[in-house]
This record gives sequence, structure tokens and C-alpha cells, in this order.
Amino acid sequence: MTASSVPTGNPAIRMTGIEKAFGSVRANRGASLEVQQGEIHALVGENGAGKSTLMKILGGLQPPDAGTMEVNGKDVTGWSTSDAIRAGIGVVHQHFMLVPTLTVAENIVLGMEPVKGGRFDYRKAVDEVKTLSHNTGLEVSPDRKVADLSVGEAQRVEILKTLFRGAKILVLDEPTAVLSPPEVRDLWTVLRGLRDAGGTIILITHRLDEVIDISDTITVMRAGQTVTRLKTTETTPSEIAKAMVGRDVALTSRDEAGILTTPAHGGAIGQPPRDDEASAINVTNLCVLGSRKTIEVDGVSFSIRAGEILGIAGVEGNGQTELIEALAGLRRIESGSVRIDGKDVTFRNVGERRTAGLSHIPEDRHRRGLILDYSVADNLVLGLQADFVDKGLLDTDRINANAEAQIKAFDIRPPVAGMPARNLSGGNQQKVVVAREMGGAFTVLLASQPTRGVDVGAIEFIHSRLREARAAGKAILLVSAELNEVLALADRVAVMYRGKFVAVVPASEASEESLGEYMTGTRKESAA
Amino acid sequence: MNPVSFLAQMVRIAIPYLFAATGGVVAERSGIISLELEGLMLVGAFSATIGTHYSGSPWIGVLCGILGGLIFGLVHALATIRYRADQVVVGIAINLLAIGVTRFFLKLAFASSSNSPRINGFGGRAAAHGFDNPLLWMGLLAAPVLAFFLYRTPFGLRVRAVGEHPGAAASVGVSVNKIRYIAVAVSGMLAALGGVFLALDQHQFTDQMTSGRGFIAVAAVIFGRWDPVKAGLACLFFAAAETLQIQLQGNHVIPSQFIEMIPYALTIIALAGLVGRAVAPAALGKAVE
Repeated sequence: MTASSVPTGNPAIRMTGIEKAFGSVRANRGASLEVQQGEIHALVGENGAGKSTLMKILGGLQPPDAGTMEVNGKDVTGWSTSDAIRAGIGVVHQHFMLVPTLTVAENIVLGMEPVKGGRFDYRKAVDEVKTLSHNTGLEVSPDRKVADLSVGEAQRVEILKTLFRGAKILVLDEPTAVLSPPEVRDLWTVLRGLRDAGGTIILITHRLDEVIDISDTITVMRAGQTVTRLKTTETTPSEIAKAMVGRDVALTSRDEAGILTTPAHGGAIGQPPRDDEASAINVTNLCVLGSRKTIEVDGVSFSIRAGEILGIAGVEGNGQTELIEALAGLRRIESGSVRIDGKDVTFRNVGERRTAGLSHIPEDRHRRGLILDYSVADNLVLGLQADFVDKGLLDTDRINANAEAQIKAFDIRPPVAGMPARNLSGGNQQKVVVAREMGGAFTVLLASQPTRGVDVGAIEFIHSRLREARAAGKAILLVSAELNEVLALADRVAVMYRGKFVAVVPASEASEESLGEYMTGTRKESAA
Repeated sequence: MNPVSFLAQMVRIAIPYLFAATGGVVAERSGIISLELEGLMLVGAFSATIGTHYSGSPWIGVLCGILGGLIFGLVHALATIRYRADQVVVGIAINLLAIGVTRFFLKLAFASSSNSPRINGFGGRAAAHGFDNPLLWMGLLAAPVLAFFLYRTPFGLRVRAVGEHPGAAASVGVSVNKIRYIAVAVSGMLAALGGVFLALDQHQFTDQMTSGRGFIAVAAVIFGRWDPVKAGLACLFFAAAETLQIQLQGNHVIPSQFIEMIPYALTIIALAGLVGRAVAPAALGKAVE
């Protein structure tokens, strides 16, 4: 990256009065953004605040309905993707835009392939990628297929892809959601290096610790508008949170440096559950195969007592998904046993496990949690439909009454029972799932990534629900990619690495650093 | 059984499959389902017959056949890419349309509902066993040439990217729809050549003369796991089965109905058992905005 010829003081990006509507939803309502060249700029806001839309407009994926945008002082309003790429804007999307069947080098040069005599010069592509990789410190193996990469590597490929196209302004959309703490540190090093070489970086995130850690300046968006612009050195997490939500948000001391949670409603963090309570779920020597017939859960044993939250930390892809699916009855158990409330449910199907008292908030609400085209009311009785039958027919009155009650209890917005789940924001979709799984009777709850991709307000709400459930004597297994979330909610923390519990520690004794070492396999210890 | 005549017969049977299957591979690698190979072949056969009949030159017939395939390919592309219609439904519609259109013009041009008059073809010297037909050599080369384009040129890289992850391709400024238009157009011309070969080889067009060959080609695409060379080998395999069937016709030990089943039974067995889990291009059948 070379310093641009723009005179200092002239921003690299200036977007003003940006309007963008999708149907009746106004995603951007006069949003503005000003980013100086050579800074790391955090763009923060709740889900649905319009951050991604604003960045799509900047990247040329969508034209704005109104407003102007300048890049390096030139008016570029409504340009196309290729215009944006040519002008040096590189977007690293939240969902990787990589072709899994192609190699790293092929992905990076796609669309700008080096050619020799009409043929694609693959060796040259590899060499160019190697040079770029060396110069930026983004380590990749050019010849490997993208499908075989870890998420951290895939992300490096994404960044290289934009740099290969000469990007001088890099937009990263929630880049750390999939990374382990050491990978996050590496990413920060790379981003600082790019900035120091004159690059401009816009980071979309809703994790306040990252904002404080890495950014120079901050723009906060709320409901499609830009609410404030802050200098990182002159602000605090609570000030940013307040600007994001529009009201005071209670931050626990732990969350000062992390994601948001409210203080515990029941029991202090790390307080061991009383000994006289029998375990609500008991898992012994569980082995589960993954979709490729590899062992993904390798002899895991644990039990959770009533009124206890066991948190599972770990980099994604270390067997957490398979473990939860096996417990929920969605994946075959090869060996070992699962007992709920003393009853052996190892060979029981999903419905029978539910009857036994199991509830499940799945990690992917779109894939397993909801039927997006069904109404909120119908989604709220999915799996419970047998309880809403009258003379063999669905009892719509009771389904609707149930919906009204749940919408109220779980603050689902907009409060319209008949609205398709698709039209709800991510946070409210998740509330529908949570309402269904936690609104009825249950003894054991599997909560898998319960706050993934939901906004601050909904995180706060779901966390307090989980704490209430614990106080009410439920046993909860919490899996989260957010280490802070696990630390804030769990009584005990288990770290999963390559299908095994490599450590089980009381949350009060756990720290991000020590867990981080277990998560990456640098430290090992047999499960306590 | 004479091995030379077996081989020659097998190759002749394989050529229409080879053209159609390579056409299928290129379209499907770009993400467009190719159920319409049968119809494209039929159109190719008919257009070639018309061209040859009125000009007297089989080369003009080849050009007409390619043109016919191109037109139908573009109709398919327009419906599936521009208008994002369901690719399976459009494929079936093209097949039915091809039967109707060729039948209509057959009647119009030659006042017959069954076949055209005799037309010129290529080669024909008995000693050459059909190997003096330039189309035969083109057919044999189609798969390796496509493999070269697919794996060794920038265009091929883009086709593969577009069929696997159109979003990724679009994010780097590759025009997904442009690549798909080109791929489907090429597919139309290649598949049509399969029909052209049939018509010129049999020196006439007969109603529905492709009789399911396009579907065997679709099977070969899947059996070959969307790789041109493997799909080509699958075509040779199916052609060998068919040759075997023909050569066994004379014997009276096995009932002829069973012998006639051989190619189709092998197709089913091959697809169900041997392929295992064939992994199609990830974006196959998915239109983009």
C-alpha cells in the first residue's frame, strides 16, 4: 500500500445523507460516514442499524436512493462493484466469498488471472500470492484447496484477495466472529501493519472490546442513522453502548472489556450449585461421528445439575456442533450414553427426548430453529404442535393465544403473530426460538450460540432469560463462540478441542488467556 | 466378435454422447442444469438435415446444426438466467419444444411425418469404418479440448468459480451471468453437434431420432462427476454396452428384450452404485439476481 496523493485533512471516504430503502424498510436514513486515510475506523451499531447496507453502498453492490459519496475527494455516488474495486476498495464479507473447490491462489487471482499465451499461468499466480503473503504477513499456502482451510486461513485469503486487487481501503464485516483469541491478535497485527503502511481500514463490529483495542475512531449507527462519531482514546465502552442502544445499558465488570451482559439475576457467577441437587443430564463416554465419518466427539463425559450452567468454549469446528446435535437427537450416537433426569435417552428420537424434558436452541436458527415462511405464531408451536390439536385439527385459537402470550413475554417486535418469521430482524427471530424453547416446561436446555448475530438489546434479554432459567433450577448446556459470553454466564467452563474436553474449570477460576491456550491446543490437561 | 468392427461401432455410437455430454459438462459447471441435451441434439440433427438438403454440402449442414443448437441454447439461457425460471422445468420444456418444432418443420419442408429424404454425409468408405468422418474426430477431441479450456484458461477458471460460488465470483467483478450465457451457448452448439453427427451418419432425419441419447449423455455427465474427460470415458462405457447389445442381438440364447436392456440397466447401476456420492457444482440450478 502506498500513501495516496490526497492532501491531508481530506477524508478517504465521505458519505453524506445516504438513504436506502428495501420495500418499506428504510435501512439507511440519512446516514453519514467520514473516514480519514490511514486510520482504523470502527463502524458499530446493533443488528439492523444499517452498517452492512452502508458498506454495500460503499462497495458498489447497491446504489443509494439518495445522498452522495466521495472517495479520495472524488464524487463516486452510485458506482459499480468493479468501479469500487478499481478505486481500491476491498470488502471482506462476513460470509466468505471464496470458491471452496478452487485453490487459494486461484481464488485470489480470479477475475485478474495472469495469462501466458492464452493460458492461465497458475505458477505465476502462486508466485504472486507468495510475494504478497510475505509482504503483508498474511500467511497462506497458495496450493491448498480453500475447502480444506480453517476459518482463520480463509479470512487471510479474503484479505489477500482484496490486497491483490490493490485495495487501499479495506472494509471488514465482523471479522472476528469466527476467530480464536490468538487468531484475533494476529489479525490485529496485520491490520495495524496495513494501517501503518498508509492503508485505511473500516471495521464493522458490535464487540466493544475490539473497538477499544484496535480502532482509532468510531462511528456509531442506530436505526439507519449515524448517531455519533467518537475518538477511541476519548471514550468508554459504556458511552459507545449507550450510543448504540439509545439508552443506558448495564455492563458487568467482565463485560466492560467484552460483549454486553446484564448482572446475574440468580446466583453469582461461578457459584457452585448446591450438592444435594442430582444431575439433570448425565453424559458418559459419548462418541459421535461427523458427516464425513470422522470422529468428532471423542469420549466426552459430563453431567449438569439442576440450576447449573455448563459452558463449552472452543474454536468452532472442534466437535461442539456434533455434540449438541447428538444430545438433541439429530445425530446418531456411536457409543456412550445420555441420561436426562435419570432416564436413558441414548436411542430415543428428538420428540421422545423433548418429552423427557429436553429443550434445544439450535446454533443456526435459519437451518434448524425456524421455518422462515411460517408465521411467528406457527414457529412458536413447532415441535409442540401435538399440544395444540383439537379433534385432530390444529387449534388456531390456542396457537394464536400462545403466540400473543409469548410475544409479550419475550418482547418480540413487531408484535404481529401472523407475520412471517422471515420479516423479523435476526434478534427477534432468535427471540422466537428462545420463546419456544424456554417458554414451556423443560429440565435441560441445550443453548447453542444463543446470541449469535443478534444485537445488544437482544443479547441482554437472552442472557437474563438464561440466568432466570438457572435460578428456576434448570440445567443448561451453553455452547458459544464468544468466550466472554461463556465466562459471563457459566458456572463451569469446559474447553473442547478436537472432540475432547481438554479442561473443565469453575468459571471463577477461568480467564480468557488460560482458556485461549486450551482452545488452541497449546495447553492440555485431562478433563476434570 | 471382430474387435475392429466392435471398436468402430462403439466409437460411432459414442460420438453423439461425447458431443452432448461435453456440452452438458460446460453448462453444468457454470451452474445451469442441462436436462435439455436431448432437445438440443434433435434440433441439431434437424437443422443439419435442412442445411445439407438445400445446399448439398454436409459442411453447410454442420453450420446450420450449430446455429440451431445455439438458438435453442440461448432460449434456455434466457429463460434460466435472465428470467430465472426453474432449470429442470425449462430443460424438459426445451425437450418437448424440440420434438414439436422439428416435427412441424419436417412436415412443412418434406411433407412427411416420419423422415426426411436422403442427404449427403461425410466419408463413407467401407474400409475406413467411419474414421474418414471429420465429425467423428471432432467428437473424440471434444472432451480433452474442453478439459483444456476448463482447467487451463482464465475463462475455465471463471466457469468453475461461477458454478461453485457465484457470489465469490461476483465479488471480484466476474460477471456471473455473462459467463453462464457463454457456457450455455457453447453447450447448445456442442450438444447440437451430437445430433448433426447422427443425421449425417444416417443420411437422413427421422422423427425423434435421438431417442433418449441426450438423457444417456446427462447420465454420463453425472457418472463422470462433471469432469469432461471422465464424462467422455463414461460415454465410451455406455457406447460399449450398446455395441455389446447390438452384437448380441443375433444370438437366441438370451431373450432380446433383456439384451436391449443392457445399456439402460448399466446406466442405472453405474449411477446408483459406482458413482458413490457425486458432488455436483455447488451452485447448480441456482439462479442469481
